[in-house]
Amino acid sequence: MDFDLSDDAKTLREAARKFLEAEAGPKSARAVMDAEAPHDVALWAKVVAQGWPSARVPEAHGGLGLGTDEACVLAEEVGRSLAPVPLLATMDAIEALLIAGSEAQKARWLPRLAAGEAIGVVAWGEGDSKSPAQMPATRLESGRLSGVKTPVQDGLSATLAVVTVASADGPAMAIVDLASEGVTRSPVEALDLVRKSARIGFDSAPAEPLGDAADWVRLTERLAVLHAWEALGTAGAAMEMALAYAKDRQAFGLRIGRYQAVKHRLADMYIKGELARAHAMHGCWAWGTDASELAQAAAAARVASLEALSFTAEETLQLHGGIGFTWEHDCQFFYRRARAVSAALGSRAHWADRLVRALEQRNRAAA
Amino acid sequence: MDFNDTPEQAAYRAQVRAWLEANAAEYLAPPEKPWGLDEFVARSKAWQRKKYEAGYAGITWPKAVGGQGLTPMHQIIFGQEESRTYVPTGLYSIGLGMCIPTVFTHGTPELIARFVPKALSGEEVWCQLFSEPVAGSDLASIRTRAECDGEAWVVNGQKVWTSFAHRSDFGILVTRTDFSAPKHRGLTMFIVDMKAPGVEVRPIRQMSGASDFNEVFFTDVRVPDSWRLGAVGDGWKVALTTLMHERLAVGGKPRHAPGWQMLIEVARGIETDSASALERADVRQRIASTYIADEGVKLTQMRALSALSRGAMPGPEQSIAKVVVAKTMQDMAAAALDLAESAGFAAEKGSDLEKLQQSYLWSAGLRIAGGTDEILRNIIAERVLGLPGDLRPPKDTPFNEIEPL
Repeated sequence: MDFDLSDDAKTLREAARKFLEAEAGPKSARAVMDAEAPHDVALWAKVVAQGWPSARVPEAHGGLGLGTDEACVLAEEVGRSLAPVPLLATMDAIEALLIAGSEAQKARWLPRLAAGEAIGVVAWGEGDSKSPAQMPATRLESGRLSGVKTPVQDGLSATLAVVTVASADGPAMAIVDLASEGVTRSPVEALDLVRKSARIGFDSAPAEPLGDAADWVRLTERLAVLHAWEALGTAGAAMEMALAYAKDRQAFGLRIGRYQAVKHRLADMYIKGELARAHAMHGCWAWGTDASELAQAAAAARVASLEALSFTAEETLQLHGGIGFTWEHDCQFFYRRARAVSAALGSRAHWADRLVRALEQRNRAAA
Repeated sequence: MDFNDTPEQAAYRAQVRAWLEANAAEYLAPPEKPWGLDEFVARSKAWQRKKYEAGYAGITWPKAVGGQGLTPMHQIIFGQEESRTYVPTGLYSIGLGMCIPTVFTHGTPELIARFVPKALSGEEVWCQLFSEPVAGSDLASIRTRAECDGEAWVVNGQKVWTSFAHRSDFGILVTRTDFSAPKHRGLTMFIVDMKAPGVEVRPIRQMSGASDFNEVFFTDVRVPDSWRLGAVGDGWKVALTTLMHERLAVGGKPRHAPGWQMLIEVARGIETDSASALERADVRQRIASTYIADEGVKLTQMRALSALSRGAMPGPEQSIAKVVVAKTMQDMAAAALDLAESAGFAAEKGSDLEKLQQSYLWSAGLRIAGGTDEILRNIIAERVLGLPGDLRPPKDTPFNEIEPL
């Protein structure tokens, strides 16, 4: 029994945390919120210099060829630091290519994504209330892409998009260079003011199909795991802020962390966080070993991590009282990010349904 | 990451499995009708004896006291394999899980020689005499009095929630020997003979109808000073040894308790106007929540096992187990019974719904026993997260002068 991250991943986590504590954090999130630029360009250059976008890219395509453990700890640390860089968006697109890319597509795009010359994004939402499993309106016909994806988080930064398109078997994927003619982009006002969103229009833009409908399902499972780690990181940072405040703030002659109403809520944050971490680790294992439980483990990681992040972001703000509700305070970053993480890949309810579908199948197989 | 045993662990598991197949053949399915108490005790004793003779008793205990001197991983592997069967084990979980480790940690060589082997072989059954009517979560406020009378102590008072006291031969008893000392410093621990004159055991009937617990009354019960565990006034320190073992013993979902699988099956069997209840969104959300909690605890325990397996101490994450499991059982059972409407309220004997009724009743007790939900949240907040403790009277106040705040 060795249900733990690899030593290499733990070393990487430590290095990433140190780096991002020095370079990112709420201050840099605020700077991007207040700026025109869609992400922190200087920080992104440093992140690229660390080689992180190349983590999962095979060595043959100019990457480090690292495993899922390493990808997951990077996601956790980016989530923790709120680093306003399109690292996870780029990693999402890399996973899409790894799952479904032809040799030519991989050779064309992976080296550029690994080197930070291209910024990727996976775009499925179309501004309506559909889940990632429902058929999009966007179409790819004879190499021409038409439709609208919005809100696309990090979509203002991206240079390459993997978009969902309608197919006979359900949503499938296309890959499109966002510098192509027929692509239009504009900022979209959305809840997260740090990770900015775009509306991306495609009007007969040249694009290529990327795998089939089954690949899209597989991709969403992998991304569910990756972003569960992001959520763990963000929830962890919020909880540390709440803890520090509960140990410092006084009311009625006591530090507020002495009151059970406060300390039990912090215990609940810890409980939800630990449950989410256990499922996220299971998901990381299932992804890394391509285990048959991936559908189940990924959905559970997603559901548990969204629950932990929502609860922690809401209760962290609550424990801060009035100051937590102000523009100047950092609570809003976590509170807004909780909805961004949910919107990025489908809600808790969607994934709970997928989890139960996987469990039904497992129960039937066992019977 | 790897969920497989090391070769050494796999070998031990195979050995255990082969032994269980040869020796627990009659326990591979649940009993056709529940055993009565006498039969349960008789079967428990016979099973413990078998384990003792085969070298599967006291797996982690030192060899010097009759144990096997193996690692916690060995204990866990044996427990995992044993819990796939329906062998009766509950009679000894307190005695061997908590009482006897306290005896061999704090007892004299004479006490260890007298009591440990017979407990381990199952011949003598033990109970833990800690809680009192006025001292549950706040154990250190117990009032059962022990007064020195030459070579013996005279005990008067009342204990409660004592599992299997009515079937026990001995117990470990925490008493107050100095009422004018501060709360935690006036306590002393003893071994007590449950058959001694002045010990009266009265079963408590629980809400579920079963009687697993007792009240125990002590009236001028004489306990030899040589049966004292630890120094006079050191009872709290000794009790902490017991409670530490309790935290290890009280953890995951009880063996064979209903989980998400049963909820799926129950929902599948219920027809709504359009489809089975399994298609209802609220039911699917409940199944998901149950799975997240139960499976999350299991996976969290695997993290702790991985640490043990490497020879390291597990982190604090396992402290969440009972607080999650008990409430999840309660919520799940209530939801399933409600979902079944009348059939859940008046369930057929032997049906899944009847099991869920039992789970509904039992889970209420589980949220209290072995540390209430509230105490466990305090422990997480204070020991894991480093938050300050509750407001309490000053620690050095003499016990008999404590005024409630």
